[in-house]
Amino acid sequence: MAKRAAPEVNAGSMADIAFLLLIFFLVTTTMEKDSGISRKLPPIDDNQEDVVIKQKNIFTVLINGKDQLLVEDELMDLKDLKAAAVKFLDNGGGLSTEGKPCDYCHGVKDPASSDHPDKAIISLKNERETSYAQYISVQNELVGAYNELRNRRALELGPQKGFRDMNFIEMQDNYKDVKWVGNKEKLKEVIEQIKTEYPQKLSEVQEQN
Amino acid sequence: MAKFTKKKSSDLPAVNTASLPDIVFMLLFFFMVATVMRENTLMIENKLPNADQVEKLDKKDLVMYIYAGKPSRNYKAQYGTEARIQLNDKFADVSDIAAFIAAERASKREELIPFLTTSLKVDKDANMGLVGDIKQELRKVNALKINYAAIKGDVSKNKQ
Repeated sequence: MAKRAAPEVNAGSMADIAFLLLIFFLVTTTMEKDSGISRKLPPIDDNQEDVVIKQKNIFTVLINGKDQLLVEDELMDLKDLKAAAVKFLDNGGGLSTEGKPCDYCHGVKDPASSDHPDKAIISLKNERETSYAQYISVQNELVGAYNELRNRRALELGPQKGFRDMNFIEMQDNYKDVKWVGNKEKLKEVIEQIKTEYPQKLSEVQEQN
Repeated sequence: MAKFTKKKSSDLPAVNTASLPDIVFMLLFFFMVATVMRENTLMIENKLPNADQVEKLDKKDLVMYIYAGKPSRNYKAQYGTEARIQLNDKFADVSDIAAFIAAERASKREELIPFLTTSLKVDKDANMGLVGDIKQELRKVNALKINYAAIKGDVSKNKQ
């Protein structure tokens, strides 16, 4: 039998096929990554004990149906909220639950404001007519206040523990990053310490119908 | 020198397109890898609010999505203009959330259930009444980890 060369497959349409697939994936692609503000809802507890919290340790934020902001019973602009929250949380006018004064606070130590970041609670209240956009803006500012304090603390604490020039957000990112070279155990300790020093105590009041 | 002058032709040579498939394939692979297919067809308007303190949600398989917003133009006649909840591909009621969470949980491995996060993709024009109802429902089924989906941006953009 005569040996015949196998006929060459025509690859001219390869580009067309590839283009077709390419266009399909181009159209279906959504590049954005999910991001958002993470929160934890309080569990439903039937036997809730009433804990007495001193009024000065609560920072009330109310958003009414017209998206106006009432902070500690005074009307406030959204842009001033972060500074007010930082001032309240960082006040450190008294003792913590363990009876220690706040030695890392930079606040004015006003006895009429919060005792300790450990005790300070932000209470966020909204009405049914409040718009979601305004609610997220307020949440964002309050989380921003906590992050600002934590970042500042991280920059103070970092050099002592060997993590220079790293704020709290970067610390958390690095901790999650698999490629990061460094002592993760130690980093976790620092993160946990900052988290306990400035705990996020943000209570959301269920609106009354 | 004669060697070079001899080859010189007057008309332009055609551009070689032999590597075109390679280039296209390269692009194709890039998009294939980067693609996240939309899981749900949105039947509602879903403009997310802006926030600058956002965290990224990784581990896509451990996220449940609840959408809410006004029905989009095609569905207005049928479902009205009031903001509604969408679960999977259907409009749903607040009372359907419990069943939805149970179904999502059943489809995951048991040891992963505590790590499930609920992502609330709520349109920025929705009001908090609806969101409050969703949150209350999530508390009832003990799905406490939530994430308010937001786009990274300045909060001042929310006012428009």
